[in-house]
Parts: sequence; structure tokens; C-alpha cells
Amino acid sequence: MTETDTAWIDAALSSARPQAVGALLRYFRNLDTAEEAFQNACLRALKTWPQNGPPRDPAAWLIMVGRNVAIDEVRRARRQEPLPDDDHAISDLGDAEDEIAERLDGSHYRDDILRLMFICCHPELPPTQQIALALRIVSGLSVKQIARAFLVSEAAMEQRITRAKARVADANVPFETPGAVERSERLAAVAAMIYLIFNEGYSASGDTAEIRKPLCEEAIRLARLLLRLFPSEPEIMGLTALLLLQHARTEARFDADGSLILLEDQDRSLWNQKLIAEGLALIDKAMRHRRSGPYQIQAAIAALHARAAKPEDTDWKQIDLLYGALEVIQPSPVVTLNRAVAVSKVRGAEAALEMIEPLAPRLANYFHFFGVRGAFLMQLGRAEEARVAFDRAIALANTSAEAAHIRMHLDRLMRDSEPKGKKAGK
Amino acid sequence: MLYAILCYHDEDFVGSWSKEQDAAVMKKLAVVQEKLAKQGRLGPVARLLPTTAATTLRKDEPPLVLDGPYAETKEQLLGFYLIDCKNLDEALDVAKELGAANPGGAYEIRPVGMFAPGGALK
Repeated sequence: MTETDTAWIDAALSSARPQAVGALLRYFRNLDTAEEAFQNACLRALKTWPQNGPPRDPAAWLIMVGRNVAIDEVRRARRQEPLPDDDHAISDLGDAEDEIAERLDGSHYRDDILRLMFICCHPELPPTQQIALALRIVSGLSVKQIARAFLVSEAAMEQRITRAKARVADANVPFETPGAVERSERLAAVAAMIYLIFNEGYSASGDTAEIRKPLCEEAIRLARLLLRLFPSEPEIMGLTALLLLQHARTEARFDADGSLILLEDQDRSLWNQKLIAEGLALIDKAMRHRRSGPYQIQAAIAALHARAAKPEDTDWKQIDLLYGALEVIQPSPVVTLNRAVAVSKVRGAEAALEMIEPLAPRLANYFHFFGVRGAFLMQLGRAEEARVAFDRAIALANTSAEAAHIRMHLDRLMRDSEPKGKKAGK
Repeated sequence: MLYAILCYHDEDFVGSWSKEQDAAVMKKLAVVQEKLAKQGRLGPVARLLPTTAATTLRKDEPPLVLDGPYAETKEQLLGFYLIDCKNLDEALDVAKELGAANPGGAYEIRPVGMFAPGGALK
């Protein structure tokens, strides 16, 4: 077997995984049994596919084999029978596959995958556990890979996942086909979880950025999967577009030392135009539905940045309006803070500063609040106040790259203010 | 005669390729394309964005706009080639060569009835 020969099997197995595990979960109603059945089916696939070629429908094959092996095992455990040989267990698979492929139509698969994802984002689980569980169960990443992305030991991650599984096992998610309302609730919860996975990767910086980048890619893969299941949901189009547009800037977001590069300082030729094209196509399509939502608005903002060839081409007026719309649907001090940046470009730093002052009590421990506040004060030439804000930001920085970025502002401030006292740093 | 070679493959499968795997396939295909181009037989080549980005317009009255590709099938149209061949056999040979560079999926070979090259795209 050459490397490329097994590469197609790996790709086929991971692409069939959500569908197969989802269906097996419906049969067995137990996550561990479903996962084990899938693992066993994969082992059979690795043994038989290289000789026989891929089955017509890999997911249906895996479901069928996984189910049979698991049922055999239950029987064997019950009767203490000797092991049947492998070939016997899957001898008449050809006919059976046709049958099962016909019975399981698209809508079945759709609810299976949605249920599988939904189980991972049970409200009782803290977000970090939701993400870990989804990466393990839906994406099939190894515990080691997930532990690496979360910067914890393998043992700690193993324990976290085991605990999360035990918790959802008691959660009693119904296995009947969900109704329309329930389905849309599940969809919203799953979309939020995918957004969280992406954020985990996107917020990383410095030496961890490269390690955590796969989280962004996995989130995009899951968003695309969800979009294929629900091709007419504008918010899922918006979510997918948002992730694609943000991820398109990856190569331009950090310098050689891993320090953050702000949007206006980025080398825009490093932006991935293919991802941008797909993101723009999706958000265009979503807007046609005239059913706006938070993901679509965020994607529309990202699209305005993506469409600007140079920073000065950015349509800040429109961005201000979009943040205004987002504030109405999803009021949050963080949204207002982001809007203030757009306001500073349209109406100046004075107006922007006024806008964020009322947020101070609620964002007293938020790194970006002090970073943005410091930048506005700096623009207004209030160097001493800016220095205080930047000092506070450094104290709250989550990563060394964030701290380094603020320190750069401080250095500039010191340089500008030393010789002539007060001077507007721009 | 001009033939269109329409490339169908399972999007899930192609989408799960890593960047490196994808680049390796493209490199192999480029070898075949270069050969055809040298013989002056290769027309436009296109790789399409995922079908999730597709929109379909049903030309009913009134026209109906649908999200997604035209047909929900296991294998999606992912791209196409336009090539100049004497006959179907020759076109099939080209398709087989492309297929050797990128196994899996299917090619649909369609004779082209009308071809307007258009101007150079900016």
C-alpha cells in the first residue's frame, strides 16, 4: 500500500463519520456503544476497502457493519460463543448495503447529524467541554490532538471528555425525529458551538496560533456540513460566511514574532482570496432572504473589510450602521465597543470615547476595552490618560502577543511625549 | 469538435483533503493540462466553489430562486474542461488521463454545441 492509497480511506472515513456515528447513536442510544461500533467498522474498512475498492456509499457501509459487529458482540457476550471469523460476519454485505442505503434518506441523515452535534452542546456543559466533546465525537479528533489545541495534558483532556460524556448520558436527549421548533432550537445551539470552536482557534496568538489553527479549519468544516444539511437557512449561510471571511486573513494577522497585526496594518495581499470569494457569495445569498440575524450582520461587517483593497477604502459608515443593527438584535457592551471603533473613523475619537464611557463598569476586566480606550485617548492627545488605560490593558492581557501589542503603543506614546511634553500620537 | 469534460465528485470527500493533498492532485492534473495546451487542444478550465455557494434560478413564471445546486446528488459538479478532440474516443482518452491524475468521482463528456470564448476576463 502506498501512502496515497490509504489517504483516500482516511478522507472517506472522516467525511462519513458524523453521519455514521449519528445513525449508530440512533440505533444504540448510547454514545460509547455508537463510537465503539464506528471504530470497529473503520477497522473492517481498512482491511477490506484496499482490496475491494470503496463502497458506493461509505457512510451506509460503515453504519451497516458497525451495527452488525456491535450486535454480534452483544450476542457473543450473552451466550459466550466462540468468535465468528471476520469474513463470515460481512459476507453478504453487498445486498444489505443497497437495502439500507435506500431506507435511510437525506432527511434521516440530517436529523442524525444534528442530534449528534446537539448532544455535544448540552446547556449543562460549560463551553470548553462542549467544544472538546464535539471535536472528539463529531470531528473524530484524537484526545491527543484536542489536548494539544487546548494546551492541556492528554490525561486532563481525557478526563474532561469522560466527564462531559457522563453528563450528556444523563441528559436524555430524545431520539424521535424533532419537530420544526425543536429542530430550529437545536440548529441555533449547534451554530453557537461551531462559532465557539472557531473562536478558540481565532483568539490564539503567538506560539499557540499555529497549534490552534486546526480548530478554525474544523469549525469551517462543520459549518459547511451544517449548511449542506440546511441549505436554505440564512443564518447558517451567515455563520459559514463569517468564519470563511475571518479565516481568510489568517496569514496576515501575525508578524514573524507572532505579534498581532491590526486590520489596518495588515498586508492585504496575504488574504486568501478563494475563501473571501466563497464568503462573499454566501453572504450575498443570505441577504436575499431578508431574514437578518447576528451571524449575517457580523459576516456583512467582515465582508466590508474583505472588499476594501486598501484600509482607507473601508466603508466605515456602513459598518457603523451594521453594528447599530447588531446592537438592537444582540445588545452587548462588546458590540458597542466594536461599534465605537467604526464611530471613531466616521465621527472622530471624541464621539467614540463618549460612546464607550458608559460601558466602563461592565467591561472593567475586559482587555480590549482598555486597549480601545487607550487608542482613542492617544488620538485625542491625552497621553497620560492613554498610558493609564494601556497599563490596565497589559494587566488584563490573556496572551503574550496581546501584551506585546499594547506595549508597542506605550513605547510610541513614550517616544512622542518625552521631548515636547504633550503631543498627539497618531 | 469541442468536448466539455464535466467533473463530478463527492464534495465531502474532496473537501476533506488537506491543503497538501489538494495541491498534490492539482499538480498531477497540471501535467495533463500542460500536454493538452501544448497541442493547442485545451480551452478554458474552471474549478467551481463548493455547491453550498451555488444558487439555482428556476425559469418558471415567476422565476424561482433556490439556494444550493440544481440537483441534490451524491456527486456534485465541481469543475469542467473544454478540449478540442477529433471524436469521442479521443475525448475519452483525455478524460482517462485526467482520471489517472485524480481518481474517484466521474467525468461526464459532452460535445459542445456552441462555444463563445468571450473577451479576456479582468
